[in-house]
Amino acid sequence: MSVSQVALSYLIASVFFILALKGLSHPETARRGNLFGIIGMTLAVITTLALVASGNVLLVIVAALVGGSIGGIIAKKVEMTKMPELVAAMHSLVGMAAVLIAVAAVNNPAAFGIHVPMPLGNRLELFIGSFVGAITFSGSVIAFGKLYGKFKLRLFSSAPVVFPGQHWVNLALALVMIGFGVAFFVAEDAGWMPFSVMLGVAFVLGVLLIIPIGGADMPVVISMLNSYSGWAAAGIGFSLNNPMLIISGSLVGASGAILSYIMCKAMNRSFFNVILGGFGQEGGTSVDAGQKSVRSGSAEDVAFMLSNAESVIIVPGYGLAVARAQHAVKEMAQKLAARGVQVRYAIHPVAGRMPGHMNVLLAEAEVPYDQVFEMEDINGEFGATDVVFVLGANDVVNPLAHEKGSPIYGMPILEAHKARTVIVNKRSMAAGYAGLDNPLFYLDKTMMVFGDAKKVVEGIVKAIE
Amino acid sequence: MSGVVDPFVVNLTVFVLAVFVGYHVVWNVTPALHTPLMSVTNAISGVIIVGAILAAGTDTLDFGSGVGALAVALAAVNVAGGFMVTQRMLEMFRKKAPRASADASKSSGGH
Repeated sequence: MSVSQVALSYLIASVFFILALKGLSHPETARRGNLFGIIGMTLAVITTLALVASGNVLLVIVAALVGGSIGGIIAKKVEMTKMPELVAAMHSLVGMAAVLIAVAAVNNPAAFGIHVPMPLGNRLELFIGSFVGAITFSGSVIAFGKLYGKFKLRLFSSAPVVFPGQHWVNLALALVMIGFGVAFFVAEDAGWMPFSVMLGVAFVLGVLLIIPIGGADMPVVISMLNSYSGWAAAGIGFSLNNPMLIISGSLVGASGAILSYIMCKAMNRSFFNVILGGFGQEGGTSVDAGQKSVRSGSAEDVAFMLSNAESVIIVPGYGLAVARAQHAVKEMAQKLAARGVQVRYAIHPVAGRMPGHMNVLLAEAEVPYDQVFEMEDINGEFGATDVVFVLGANDVVNPLAHEKGSPIYGMPILEAHKARTVIVNKRSMAAGYAGLDNPLFYLDKTMMVFGDAKKVVEGIVKAIE
Repeated sequence: MSGVVDPFVVNLTVFVLAVFVGYHVVWNVTPALHTPLMSVTNAISGVIIVGAILAAGTDTLDFGSGVGALAVALAAVNVAGGFMVTQRMLEMFRKKAPRASADASKSSGGH
């Protein structure tokens, strides 16, 4: 294959990648989009294999098969509630792959068609690609740990890890990293020493950047790391002079950046406010239950109220995901629908631990997607709704967001408090992530049902008979 | 003005245009599919595998090809895992017609 043929087939692959993302504009076209992505990837891999036909093709194929099988098995087995963990893990792999490729390029520039000794421009691009990759890797590992939530290590705890002077330490480390990067540019030889120190500092920086960010800010963190993994790929594309890598990396980088923006906007917080972290660290301050009283009821009470309503809106939150209650919820909705109750679902953009998390869980339970509404589309409907059933959500329905001076003032919320009756399922009266009390729970028209979301909903299903 | 354009400038041109394309395409993605968007971008960023193949596929077996092979394996996890899990999720969004609840609970207990 000539160089131009290779470039052309990379161009075609790039177009397929763009079409893959374009397909996601609607659930009906999305599967075709995914197919386009697979075609593009196959084309890219086969073309590249042809380039190294005289080399260690067997090694490449074995490595690809090993990785591919692992990926395939995980993709088949993973539970939908664990998607945030899977995505974080995959970000870390892209980051690590970028670092390894950069190491290989420093080791043997000729393998990538880079001039020996490596020119300044290539060194700059390798520096950028590898440090972004390293930060993506270690940051994603921390994010994975926080999402997984079962590691004992403090670094992996969902609560923010903060210490005095944290941001100054990060800044100093960033400067050290850049310093060794510069030393790498001007090095006479391969520049291993400055390169490896720079990488080491970048790995540490990735950890330090993510630890101060709390569990419920994970939608932003995951989106941000998604973006980083794209920029890392684009950076490697620059150093290898490969436009396809640059294009794909930019698509991914832009996608992650947009998702971060959407998530921040849905919390009415600036990107920097989230990244600098520490939000909600005094969270868990239990609410003084002695002063205000809540009305609590049983699953039977809820079943009675739901089956006598004309319209019901279900507001799912992270509690539903943790309890894996999506199938029970769907069963409950079906029973209600059979009794002539109109059931809809309202999704807040930051419900769950990653963008679109709730939609996937409901889709898994085979809830038709035309019953599932985004915040802007359903907020006007709450006033005319008989019963709102809040399942494991808290801050996204907190009316304090409408009150000046409250920490979450201005955050767009689902206006559940406007419904005629509100039912809230929670495990306990503990405050939400923002560490705030929720006045919704104390309204006269609100009934609390305490307990695990799945058990409660299953109880309701039984009681509807 | 004459002469050859520096490859960096060509790359930069591609980069800037690609960011614009990405920006416009991604804003059109429906919010309900934001999780599949993430998993498919995971797969697409796995295209870094082409760099890994170049590193692993040299004529000699040495440190560089070893590191490259490891990178191939890592990127392959993303490529295969990303596309397959996206496919799995999108299949769920297809099932639109409501079925009998007994049927639904049977099929959902399988994973």
